[in-house]
Amino acid sequence: MLETIKEFASEFFVTGDPLILGAQVSIALAMVAIVFVLTYFKKWRWLWTDWLTTVDHKKIGIMYIICAILMLFRGGVDALLMRVQLAAPELEFLHADHYNAIFTTHGVIMILFMAMPLMFGLFNIIVPLQLGARDVAFPFLNSFSFWMFFVGAMLFNLSFVIGGSPDAGWLAYPPLSERTGSPGVGQDFYIWGIQLSGVGSLASGINFVVTILKMRAPGMKLMKMPMFSWSVLASSVTIMFAFPILTVTLFLLFLDRYLGAHFFTVDAGGNPMMYLNLIWMWGHPEVYIVVLPAFGIFSEVVATFSKKKIFGYKSMVFALMSISFFSFFTWAHHFFTMGSGANVNAFFAVTTMIIAIPTGVKVFNWLFTMYRGKLSFPTPMMWAIAFIPCFVVGGMTGVMLSVAPADFQFHNSYFLIAHFHQVLIGGVVFGYFAGLYYWWPKMFGFKLHEGLGKWAFWFWNIGFYVCFMPQYALGLMGMTRRFNEYNFDMGWQPLNVVSTIGAFLMGIAFLFQVWQIAHSIRFLKKDTSGDNWGQGRTLEWSIPSPAPFYNFARTPKVVAQDDWWEKQQRRERGEADPAEVIAADTAPLEPIHMPKNSGIPIIMSGFWFVAGFGFVWDWKWMIVLGLAGVIVTMLARSFNFNDDYYVPVEEIERIEAAAARGAN
Amino acid sequence: MRPVFRKLGAVLSIALLLVLTGCSSEQYFVLDPKGPIASAQKDLILITVLICTVIAIPVFIITAVIVWRYRDRPNRKASYTPEWEHSTKLELTWWGIPIIAIIILAVVTVNYTYKLEPSYAIQSDKEPIEIQVTSLDWKWLFTYPEQGIATINYVQMPVDTPVRFKLTSDMAMNSFWIPSLGGQLYTMSGMAMTLHLLADEEGVYYGSGANFTGEHFAQMTFDTNVTSQEEFDAWVDEVKATATALTEEDVQKLKEQGTHEVAQYSSFPENVFYDIMMQYVEDGEEGAHAHHATTSEDAEGSDHSEHQHH
Repeated sequence: MLETIKEFASEFFVTGDPLILGAQVSIALAMVAIVFVLTYFKKWRWLWTDWLTTVDHKKIGIMYIICAILMLFRGGVDALLMRVQLAAPELEFLHADHYNAIFTTHGVIMILFMAMPLMFGLFNIIVPLQLGARDVAFPFLNSFSFWMFFVGAMLFNLSFVIGGSPDAGWLAYPPLSERTGSPGVGQDFYIWGIQLSGVGSLASGINFVVTILKMRAPGMKLMKMPMFSWSVLASSVTIMFAFPILTVTLFLLFLDRYLGAHFFTVDAGGNPMMYLNLIWMWGHPEVYIVVLPAFGIFSEVVATFSKKKIFGYKSMVFALMSISFFSFFTWAHHFFTMGSGANVNAFFAVTTMIIAIPTGVKVFNWLFTMYRGKLSFPTPMMWAIAFIPCFVVGGMTGVMLSVAPADFQFHNSYFLIAHFHQVLIGGVVFGYFAGLYYWWPKMFGFKLHEGLGKWAFWFWNIGFYVCFMPQYALGLMGMTRRFNEYNFDMGWQPLNVVSTIGAFLMGIAFLFQVWQIAHSIRFLKKDTSGDNWGQGRTLEWSIPSPAPFYNFARTPKVVAQDDWWEKQQRRERGEADPAEVIAADTAPLEPIHMPKNSGIPIIMSGFWFVAGFGFVWDWKWMIVLGLAGVIVTMLARSFNFNDDYYVPVEEIERIEAAAARGAN
Repeated sequence: MRPVFRKLGAVLSIALLLVLTGCSSEQYFVLDPKGPIASAQKDLILITVLICTVIAIPVFIITAVIVWRYRDRPNRKASYTPEWEHSTKLELTWWGIPIIAIIILAVVTVNYTYKLEPSYAIQSDKEPIEIQVTSLDWKWLFTYPEQGIATINYVQMPVDTPVRFKLTSDMAMNSFWIPSLGGQLYTMSGMAMTLHLLADEEGVYYGSGANFTGEHFAQMTFDTNVTSQEEFDAWVDEVKATATALTEEDVQKLKEQGTHEVAQYSSFPENVFYDIMMQYVEDGEEGAHAHHATTSEDAEGSDHSEHQHH
């Protein structure tokens, strides 16, 4: 009996690596600590009713962001481990196996479990506020999306300590990712982790498309909608078309691995090239999914801190939508070297270059928004300005990579690595940081400490260039991605050392941000006035910070593109609001129709987790249990008709009065 | 506080420049081509850099000027026009400039894409020699069908002679890359890809497997030794005379996962390359890529997706 348990445990848990053992111990300790704190302070009920079962878009957004920051930490530690391993030739810091697992999880985590939730977090918190809505279109689905993302991320991360991490690269090309190439369960954790969270992403995409199309405040025509909401629409439409491809592709890979199908195997008529095409049909749009909202954030931040209307609104909208459209026609540039022939390569080279046009136009429009503006430089604006040169260089190297015959020399080299980190960090991460700093007071009712934020900013920026500029050079020196070691005589060491130093500078920058948040909470200066920056332009700044759970006591009437800013201008000039605005602002309060909290999303997602874990280990009883739970919770939801309520007028009055007091 | 950061930034960027220029140009394989393909690719890279720089430098300057000039400060003279949001002339300009730049680049790119298609033979008065390349976990097997010899993790080839590399893989997809001679091409099981390269200078060049294939893929580097025709012939004779033969059992061993030392063999089992390539095709089937195997002249063999429809 004891022997069987021992044998099982040695297969079940990852053993034998001191780094992983340390992680296992600290995870166990952290869990004990969390349980202890929650019990000691009697916070279990609060956690359940206020957070875990919430359908409030703002709270869901905050949970997304907390997860994203934790994942940024894990992905960042992965990155630092890799950089240490590469700092010297033939270093024996990480074994090849371990290194391969680390770059695989680094990629998956940073894209799917860091960038995506950070993005959805900002979508959730800001979009309904910008639109003048009380919540998203489907609040229950929204909660379900979050929990599916959460269990997917947990399942994926679990592989680190249980069963072993996937190690076939972040996109898991077959035949390496088939049973023959990756017999362990790591690859199954990969499939089910991404699959579950992918369902959440797709549902969120649909949710935001509907929210934006159907829930805008009266008077907000599409062409009066704030730029960030436009970018969310562009991104969400892209999600709707791209994520089903991912789901199907991974499902086919699952069939290959689980049932011995032959979609992507090398034998029995399977074709791995099909997988490359399919995965990049999702993968390429995916990078635009995460970068388009960053574009939207820059538009908001630049206009706000230039005290000026966004320049070329129509051009900007057109550019966003055309990027979203063209992103579906460039996938094959990820494998120009697959030998598809000159016709195919020429086509995809040109479509890829075309995307540079609208992107370039956006840069000019941001610049001319600042032109003849009145610029101030709080942290969000600093991130926005730092983004411009960084993204221009990243875009340039992207154009260089799009030149198909030249790509034969760049492909799979560190040149490519440097390029996509430059657009993903310089574009996406800088953008989301700008957004986080910008909307932080709206989320929490206090601003983050500016001085520490500037330290973090400079460490991030300098660290970024020190880390990634040498990698362009390393690519030209023939250094291939995913090498876990290299020879002394390649001459790659000096630049690798520089790059590693840069990575650690970014690590320090992250610590500054943690310190910044801790410091700002410790020396809390409440600022519950709605317009925290004093020069907000859009509707989210017209309501208290943090927004009451129902957002708007009265549904606003929108008359202008930058409605809040225009209203303030009218006040300054001593003009009266248009009659319909006055009518909307002074209308008697009415009871507000709101969705009820529900425990079903978290419970249903929990059962999905059980089913996913069962599939990973092929434990039939567990699969059946998980899927049965899913069906039961679905039925419970279907027959629950008591899912909404009205907020009485007295309560709204009380909350509004309290907010008004706090603001003074 | 900010001047401190600026100084820090300046110092770091100077240090970076020193490091970059400190390395000799020979180590930048891609920028130090030793053959016509790599040379054309380098030209193309430089053209792209030029076009991009022409646009990027003004953007950097405009950014710096705007950020400096329009910063908010007391008594500033720069104008402030909060409602100014559209100018057809300006917007046409910056839709126009990138469109023109991209058109130019697209024409150049398409042109070069056809010129540098790897399956097209290289113009030369010498007959090309064929080297068959098989990527295995985690070693390269090179077979010379005309010379009848085989090597592992080592290529020797004559200078100024076009080489037709035939690429396949035993299992996972790798990518065959000798940056000094030209760009890479994937090696995939079940098909033979064609990559034409030519070296116009003698020397030893670095080669690697550029696509991840599992645990020890980093060990799949090899030297490409480009010598005179005489030295090449002498080497072939020497290998034939002194090395042992690659047997069928050896091939089976090579297919097992593991790394391998550099090795040379006086002969190899006939058709070993095509046997590995066709190993997954069941008897009686034509095989998805059968046509490819028989295509020796590849002027039209560039589009292998074409060959899947038969």
